[in-house]
Amino acid sequence: MNDSKQVVLMKGTQEGITVYLDDECSFEQLLNVLNKKLENSNKEDRTELILHSQYRYLRAEQKEDIREIIENSSSYRIKQFQSYVLTSDEVTKQVNNMSVRPAIRNVRSGQVHQVEGDALILGDINPGGLVMATGNVYVFGKLRGIAHAGTNGNKECVIVASYMNPSQLRIANKISRSPDYDVEGSNREFAYINLENDMIEVEKVNYLPKVRPNLIDRLERGIENG
Amino acid sequence: MGEAIVITSGKGGVGKSTTTANIGTALALKDQKVCLVDTDIGLRNLDVVLGLENRIIFNIVDVIDGNCKLQTALVKDKRFDCMHLLPAAQTNDKNDITAEAMKDLIEQLKPDYDYILIDCPAGIEQGFSNAVAGADKAIVVTTPEKSSVRDADRIVGLLEKEGLNDPHLIINRIRKHMIDSGDMLSVDDIVSTLSIDLLGVILDDEDVIKASHHGEPVAFQPNTKASISYRNIARRILGESVPLMSFDEEKGFMSKVKKIFGMKS
Repeated sequence: MNDSKQVVLMKGTQEGITVYLDDECSFEQLLNVLNKKLENSNKEDRTELILHSQYRYLRAEQKEDIREIIENSSSYRIKQFQSYVLTSDEVTKQVNNMSVRPAIRNVRSGQVHQVEGDALILGDINPGGLVMATGNVYVFGKLRGIAHAGTNGNKECVIVASYMNPSQLRIANKISRSPDYDVEGSNREFAYINLENDMIEVEKVNYLPKVRPNLIDRLERGIENG
Repeated sequence: MGEAIVITSGKGGVGKSTTTANIGTALALKDQKVCLVDTDIGLRNLDVVLGLENRIIFNIVDVIDGNCKLQTALVKDKRFDCMHLLPAAQTNDKNDITAEAMKDLIEQLKPDYDYILIDCPAGIEQGFSNAVAGADKAIVVTTPEKSSVRDADRIVGLLEKEGLNDPHLIINRIRKHMIDSGDMLSVDDIVSTLSIDLLGVILDDEDVIKASHHGEPVAFQPNTKASISYRNIARRILGESVPLMSFDEEKGFMSKVKKIFGMKS
């Protein structure tokens, strides 16, 4: 048994109490120690914990076991699981979602262009055409059809077009459409969800850094990955 | 070895058959050997536009089913020896032939003709697949109406999927005064939406309707606006570089026409 090292170590951090779980002992031992260590804690306490499993990968059912023990034997609540390790599936998914996917094409009526990550289209999206991306949508051409950004539900995503005259804009689960009368489109605009009123709004591209300051970092990273 | 060009539009009633008949006529006027193939099985009318309805004995389905030889089914045009029509069947429907059979048929025609013009039915179903199966190139016909441009856009996408990249565009039935008043899409609007090369524009002209009523393609007439447009399109297909006619002002238009004739003679 690994006595020299504490199996469960609680530390106060900026985010609250983080519980570091040893990653070399067996899972059963870990559960035992957790149970013992936490069962004496004050029942009135509603503190939320962050569980850090370090280099141990916890499967979903293992997380459930831990959650059960902690929430049955103590008054602590688990706020979040953290870990240094990810499965290759998770990594692939994250990389995919961060990548910029370029395409040189026109998305014509009846066509659907669907990507994981950010969609970068060097061409037009014509009326009746649809672009879907789990990330942002960038159109270096005329956006006259439908663009859907953040299809997985990410409300931070934006739609940028060098000419914006869409029939519909969709971000996460929000939809906005253009008015029933004919409108002239405008150049270099982007659409985003205003998180204050939860509505899709359209602004000139120069406002983009104000509205989504992190976008450039993400974009640079995405280009490296893609 | 001839070149097979499919003439298609997606939407019905934009003038595919009229365009096929007139481009065929204009190419025949240029001494090209032309075969017009009507693939609109069940709703044939290319023969009517050409005034060849009474001469049909066998049709495309007879050829594919092996009821007759290909040469037997071809109808020689009454004006040109170098233009033939392979008529569609009226009693069958589009599912009675396959894309492969159509492709074989076009391949059989290619050695004997300079141009094979395939008149495509409206729609994007079996008839469309049949018509584009044997084609080397495509011409998309549209009118300056939104619905028609929308369908043309869809067709361009489907053509790309079939490997027919870079189709050419013909804009039919242009009404200058309606474009000027903003009640109709302009040529530039359409070209920019579809982003394909423009092959020609044809004014909405009563002469076209009159001509097809009498079973005589308008391109055969010497100097109506529409016939000149069609002949210009034929010249562009043959590789000549012909400037687009300007509709801006009647005066400019006439002088252009004179210039074209001046260049020709």
